[in-house]
This record gives sequence, C-alpha cells and structure tokens, in this order.
Amino acid sequence: MSADQVSRGALSLDNVVKIYDPDGASVMAVDHCSLQVEAGEICMIVGPSGCGKTSLLNAIAGFHEIDGGSIRLDGQPLCGPARRQAPIGPDRVVVFQNGALFPWKSNLENIAFGPVAQGWLSRAEARERARVMMAEAGLAGYEDEYPGQVSSGLRRRVEIVRALINDPAVLLLDEPYRALDALTKSVLHEALLEIYYKTRKTIFFITHDLEEAIFLGHRVVVMTARPCRPKRIFEIDIPHPRDYSVLTSKRFREIAAEVAEAVNEEALKSFVRGEKEG
Amino acid sequence: MTANDARPSLNRLAETLSSLAEAFRCPALYLAVLGYALMLGFWYLTVQVLKLPRFAQMPALTDVLKEWFSRDPAYGVSIFTRIYYQHILVSLRRIGIAFALATSLGVPVGLMLGWSKTFRDYVFPLFEMLRPIPILAWVPLAIIMLPGDELPVVYLTFLASFFATALNTMLGVRSIDPSYALAAQCLGASRWRIFAEVIVPGALPFIFTGLQISIGVAWFSLVAAEMISGQFGLGYLINTSYTTVQYPTLVIAMFTLGIIGFSTSALVRRVGEALMTWRTRQLAMDGRG
Repeated sequence: MSADQVSRGALSLDNVVKIYDPDGASVMAVDHCSLQVEAGEICMIVGPSGCGKTSLLNAIAGFHEIDGGSIRLDGQPLCGPARRQAPIGPDRVVVFQNGALFPWKSNLENIAFGPVAQGWLSRAEARERARVMMAEAGLAGYEDEYPGQVSSGLRRRVEIVRALINDPAVLLLDEPYRALDALTKSVLHEALLEIYYKTRKTIFFITHDLEEAIFLGHRVVVMTARPCRPKRIFEIDIPHPRDYSVLTSKRFREIAAEVAEAVNEEALKSFVRGEKEG
Repeated sequence: MTANDARPSLNRLAETLSSLAEAFRCPALYLAVLGYALMLGFWYLTVQVLKLPRFAQMPALTDVLKEWFSRDPAYGVSIFTRIYYQHILVSLRRIGIAFALATSLGVPVGLMLGWSKTFRDYVFPLFEMLRPIPILAWVPLAIIMLPGDELPVVYLTFLASFFATALNTMLGVRSIDPSYALAAQCLGASRWRIFAEVIVPGALPFIFTGLQISIGVAWFSLVAAEMISGQFGLGYLINTSYTTVQYPTLVIAMFTLGIIGFSTSALVRRVGEALMTWRTRQLAMDGRG
C-alpha cells in the first residue's frame, strides 16, 4: 500500500538455513526459509515457541552467522556464501525482547547514543535531536529520568525512538511487548503505528500475539514449527491508518480465525515436541 | 503527557518529604540505640556486676571509657594524647596506600578478566590458585621479600584487597546482560566505546560491592600484619597492649578500629551511590531504597 513511497528497507531472504550444534547433535532452526519484505512494509512473523523466529531475526541483525542461503537488504548482500555473518550496524536496529535501554544513561542520553557512537553528530547536537524526537513521540518530560524510573511501556517507546534516531532501513522487533499487559500493549500499538505513519520504516516484527500481528501488519507470516520456514502468508486487507476500532470489525475477526487455525496446527506440533520457549 | 514538565521537581519534593517523615517514623534509629545499649549493658553486667569467673581479667566498661576520654590516661593512650592519633594515622595511611593500589590495579585486571577470554584463560587459573591462600600465610614471604617494616604491611593489606576487587569486578562484567553490548553494536558503537560506555558502567554495581568487601578485608589484613611487624598502627597497639597487660588500651584500639572501619566502608558506599545515581533512583522506585 504505502510501501511504494519508500525506497529503502527491502529485505530479501533466500533459502536461509541455520543449524545449531549444541552438544554434537545438530538442530536445524531455520530450514530453507525464503521471504521478501517490501520497503516500508510492516511484516509480522508469528509461529510457535522455539520455532526459530528469533534465529532468523538474529541472522538479519548480524548476531549469528547462517549456514546456507543469503540475506539481502535493498539488493545488497548482507550475508551469504561469501560472508556467513552480516555486519551489525545501525541500518538494522534491533529492539530486544526484554528491552536493552542502558539503565545507567538517562532516556535522553540513551537516544543520543547512536549518532554520537557513529560519529555523525556531536554530543550536544545528538542531545538536541533526541530532545526533539522525544517531544514528537510524546515523551517530553522524561528526558532526564533513567529507564528504571519510568514504566515499562514508556521504556519500550524510548527504545523505539533510540532506534529511529539512526534512520535505520529496517527495524527488527523481537517480541518487544511480550511482557506487557493488554492495556499497555494497545497504547503501544497505536503509538508504534503513529510513528510508522510518520517514518514508513520497514518493520520486521516477531510476536506470539495474533491480535497484535493482525492489527499492526500489512502481512502476517505464519511460520512452521521448527525448523522454521513460512507456512502461510496472510495479506491483511484492512486499510491503514488503523486504530483500535479495527479490532471489533467483522473482517478482523474473519482474518483472526484463519490465522489462528494456521498457527494452532504448528503450535500443537511444537507443544507435542516440548519445545523450550525462546 | 502535558503535565510532565512538573514531574521531576514534584518528585524531588515528594522524596524530601517522605525521607523526613521516614526518619521520625522509622524505628531503625531507636533499634540501633537499643542494640548498643544491650551490648554495653551485657558487658557491664558480666564484668562489673556479676563478676563472672572467666571475665575477671576483662577490662571494665567504665575503666575503658574513663581511660579513653581521660586527659591523663593511666596507660598513655586516650583521645587527648598525640600517640593515639599517630597510631590511627599510620594505620589509615597504610590502608589508604594499599586500598588505592588494590583498586587501581584490581579494577582494570577484573575488567580484563571479564572482557577478554584470552586474558581470562591465561590469568584466571593462577588467580584462583593464589586467591584462597590466607593472608597470614603470606607473612613470612612478605617479610623476606620486602625491606623495612612498612612495605610488608602495606603489601599484605594490598594483596587481600586486590583479590576481592578483581574478582567482583570480573563477576560484574560477566553478569552484564549481553543484550546491552549487542544493542550498542547495533547503534554503531566501536568495541572501545562498548567497553567504556557499557561494560564499565554495567559492572559498576559489582565493582562497588567488591570495594566494600575489599576495604573490609584490607582492615582485617592490616591489623594482622601490624600485629606481626611494624612500629605503629592500631594492630600494633592491640598487640603491645596485650603483651604489656594494658587491657583498657586494647579495647580502646578495638573500638577505634570499629569506628574507623565503619567510616571507611560508609565512605566507599557514598562514593558508589554518587557515581550510580541511576541505580539508587531505580532501587528507590522499586521500594528498596
């Protein structure tokens, strides 16, 4: 839909393979997984616990090497046969499951960290820019508080701004709202969409929460139980911009029922095998 | 979100008010006084009132206090004598030098142990073999190795302190959530910046726990070393008062050690709190302040 306005942030995964070898017994986490994510798309990845979704995200971020296939960002190879591990960098910023704001830096300093570390802004300039971005995101007043002093919902929003200040091509979100209550989540979902409508960043978002997936995503990719590969891809034809009234619409319920069926099959397989959550 | 501007100053006001109220309401102060009273009362009762058989030689509470605050002490050591402060100063100087050395070496070594696997593989096995050797076992070697009275004492004090600081610093680095370093890398930080802005501040709470332990064991080994060698110092004072049967002086030296040891610990804790406002505020928010 809006993706054609955006020229940056197309991810393409081709036959990605990831094998773990914990104690001699190799475990295939990702098996010939292919997926195209358009520039400016919100792509939601759902799948049973321990299916290897996070392995996929870690491969894109460059935290792990891959054992086969290739990953490209806007046509440029990140990793593949020639280089098995993608470089870690500010074009693909990860927002972590449990949050990784530095507790010893104020919210403002956390946000200003990236541009200073990369050397394209001085500390004073970065702080000024961070201040503006916090105000735009409705976070004014919390600049000098430490992350430990504010609510976990607010921390998540600060962390998104900390990623966005670097103007990344892709945001990689690894179940960022997992530990939050439903009310906080719904506020954060709308806040994330609001930010998305302003920036149109490609968002690669892993979640367990089907409602979250359908509400936010242009597409919902349901992954198979381990090894992980797309089982079904749902185009969510509810027009953006969306708000919370969407949740009670008939179309939403129809899609939710379909997605739930696809996920349940896989969840059952994974449950029977006793996969560890991850 | 518009009322947020008022938040920090309101917070501060609320903090001040509640801490004031706490000071009056909190039973900690009364309980502390009661604890002291019980200990001193037990001492007075057993030695001076009941005169228990094994306590016959014990210096009496009133004798110790009289001696301590006497302008003309019977055994020559009270708060009005120059020699009292000389002992304190000599001990403090030794602690100061040893603790400063142990910190300035122990923290970097600990950071390296936690940060670099290669360094850890080289050094840690040796470290773990040397660490359990009790400080008293080092005394002969310290005296053989180092000239004079002063150096062996400082060396022994340094040694115990160093191991405590280095080990806790290493544990501090190892306990940092790896997400922080990955996040910093995502944001474009170099290895050196990650070290300076993630590893060091992340390990700081453990470093200061280490320094608290380290200052404690420093006093412990200082007194042990001063009892064996040295000309001055509180440990020396304890040992000589024992051999010359000046028991009130012995107890004065013990109490003095207690007070100064407590103060140095408190000083280390204060410095830590000042360097880690983020942590004290977080703990306060969690109700553990």
